[in-house]
Amino acid sequence: MIPLVYNARSMMQRPVSTTFTAVGIALVVAVFIGMLALGQGLRAALARTGSDRNALVLRKGADSELASGIGRDAARVLAASPHVATGTDGRPLLSPEVYVLVPLPRPNNPTAVANVVVRGVSDQAWSVRSNIQLVAGNRPTSGRMEICVGRKLLGRFEHLDIGASLHFAGRDWTVVCHFSAAGSAFESEIWAENEQVMPLFRGEVFQSITFRLKDAGAFDDAKRALEADPQLGVDVHRESDFYAKQVGILGIMLSVLAFGVTGIMAVGAIFGAVNTMYAAVAARTPEIAVLLTVGFRPRQVLLSFLAECLLIATVGAVLGALLALPVNGIVTSTTNWTSFSEIAFSFRVTPLLLLLGIAFGVVMGVVGGFFPAWRASRLRVIQALR
Amino acid sequence: MKYWHLVTANLRRHKLRTALTILSVALALFLFASLRSVVTTLHTNSQFGGARRLVAMNKTGIVFILPVSYANKIKGLRGVRSVSWANWFGGKYGENARDFFPKFAIDPESYLGMYPEIKLPEDQKQAFLRERTAALVGKGIADKFGWKVDQNITIQGTIFPGDWTFTIRGIYEPSDPAIGDNVMFFHHEYFDERLGHAGIAGWFVVEINNADSAAAVAKEIDDQFQNSSAATKTGTEKEFQAGFATMLGNVSLLMGAIGTAVVFAILLITANAMMMSASERTGEVAVMKTIGFSNRTVFTLVLVEAGVIALAGAVIGLGVAKGFYPLIKFQGFGFLPGFNVTPLTMLWGLLLALGLMLASGLVPAMRAARLPIVQALRRVE
Repeated sequence: MIPLVYNARSMMQRPVSTTFTAVGIALVVAVFIGMLALGQGLRAALARTGSDRNALVLRKGADSELASGIGRDAARVLAASPHVATGTDGRPLLSPEVYVLVPLPRPNNPTAVANVVVRGVSDQAWSVRSNIQLVAGNRPTSGRMEICVGRKLLGRFEHLDIGASLHFAGRDWTVVCHFSAAGSAFESEIWAENEQVMPLFRGEVFQSITFRLKDAGAFDDAKRALEADPQLGVDVHRESDFYAKQVGILGIMLSVLAFGVTGIMAVGAIFGAVNTMYAAVAARTPEIAVLLTVGFRPRQVLLSFLAECLLIATVGAVLGALLALPVNGIVTSTTNWTSFSEIAFSFRVTPLLLLLGIAFGVVMGVVGGFFPAWRASRLRVIQALR
Repeated sequence: MKYWHLVTANLRRHKLRTALTILSVALALFLFASLRSVVTTLHTNSQFGGARRLVAMNKTGIVFILPVSYANKIKGLRGVRSVSWANWFGGKYGENARDFFPKFAIDPESYLGMYPEIKLPEDQKQAFLRERTAALVGKGIADKFGWKVDQNITIQGTIFPGDWTFTIRGIYEPSDPAIGDNVMFFHHEYFDERLGHAGIAGWFVVEINNADSAAAVAKEIDDQFQNSSAATKTGTEKEFQAGFATMLGNVSLLMGAIGTAVVFAILLITANAMMMSASERTGEVAVMKTIGFSNRTVFTLVLVEAGVIALAGAVIGLGVAKGFYPLIKFQGFGFLPGFNVTPLTMLWGLLLALGLMLASGLVPAMRAARLPIVQALRRVE
């Protein structure tokens, strides 16, 4: 084995070229991680929204809460179902909800509006959704036009401070609390009491009913029983699956973008690595010949040059991962095209993504270094020494 | 240039290196053109809108409906030429999220009258207008699903439950790509009937006589319904589309960031290759200078070599971008109808290539020009 020191010293001999190659790879890795982090953030926000202990009930055939409608009768029938868990107060853990979108003006661009979800919930909703936590204020009082605002909306829209009054649907609503929901899509919503929201929008109908399953493992039984009831006419989804599926077309687009763009960039970076290494091999022809003459085997020379390229790539990849790290937590927003509402989410750089990015960079190095290393190992000693 | 053969000879010396460098420039400019085109297409589409078309929708929000009876009241207003209305119809065709396409229930005669951009043969148009359960579909989705005229298709209702079967009577091609060739239109009358004559419209499209009176007419419409059960918000079609574009979020920023990283990464790679090939030739340059090549000529030669690489890469990259997307009919999953690499993007690409040439060729060229002969020759083995 040719000592790695040889490779390290060789790299120092041409600092500019080594740096350029490493930085090129670093940029590719950074873009790769950044774009995957975007998709990951969206997926995480939606995946965390639902709980696998909850069931979400929509009208049969409806693919989103927006498209659904469930009458009060059905809500009463559901509340009596044996599949619904009961809370400590003995009441069913079930929340019939009104789901509407309201346009809120963006502060930085008053002509543009964002469609924000206003969810009318029952007082049970706060227990049914176990990831909801108040970060400030107190829950809306029943019978009052009070709202609780998701944390991710703060700072992106005006009039959301506690005590402020927000105008929508022709009424003024008082902000009484802010809530967090473990980074989920709920944090992009405004919650109020369902009975306050209902008459203002669509009349006597809920959009969805979410309930806690008595036995999370018995979801299939609950689904079968409720969907078979012709009186109800509903589809039952596991809440976690329902939200995870909303990633939909946006998720596909982000993945295509991530892999397409970085794939093309990677090819460019590999070309760069190939160029650098070929030049390195060419410049060091006499050196290689000496190595071969003193008894190192061609395979060892191949490994040595491969190791050198790997070293550059690894340095670049780690640098790229470090470059990508600061995007973690940056909040961005887009429209969830399944529900047509605006959803805010954070870039999420996970350890797995970092590893993936570094692995990607290392692979670029190996691919880019192989042929030049191969050439180095095949050098004819006599010719090279001449 | 009489030393052209010197440039080509140098480029041919390491054919693989030259090819790889040209290809990485090509890839960079292909990506640049693609990303910039996303931004320009979004922008163009957000600018879409007939100057004489207004859109009136429910003030409470985009998902709320208006009574279809408003049409008659709007029609009576001064300056209004005609009124049409439409409803968003969710609905599923196929299970896959990729199979989604927009479906609108429209008042056919007035709608097609207002949108001359929707082009289809006259006999198909008449057949579509005549039949209550007829559908008019864009060429894009017709090709995608292999639909033919007179074929029946069934849509599963989501917002409006049940199975909805339509007969395709027409296939249109939009003359303005922003309309999209992936929309399905059908009769509002049939829609209304299945809903038990609910009399709902998602929005109204109002054609006015004079584009200058848009603001006045919009205000008049909104005033008219100010105190009704459903107040309206009316604006030009352009405003409506622009609002839609902002819903995607800060795509432009994202594309810009990626584009910068891409271009910068490739710049490094090209500059690296150029510098390496220049440093290998230190001895040669010294010899050339010895036999009388001026500093300036040496400088120019190196720079021209960089230029040839950058230009060749630009032509390939931009050319492929221009030709490739129309070939696969790329529309960004329906979000980017009329996706197109504009001439301005091509020009920017060329400028970038020029910048690349300067950035990657300048240092080696200057180094070559300033090279002291004696020192350089001493290094020759």
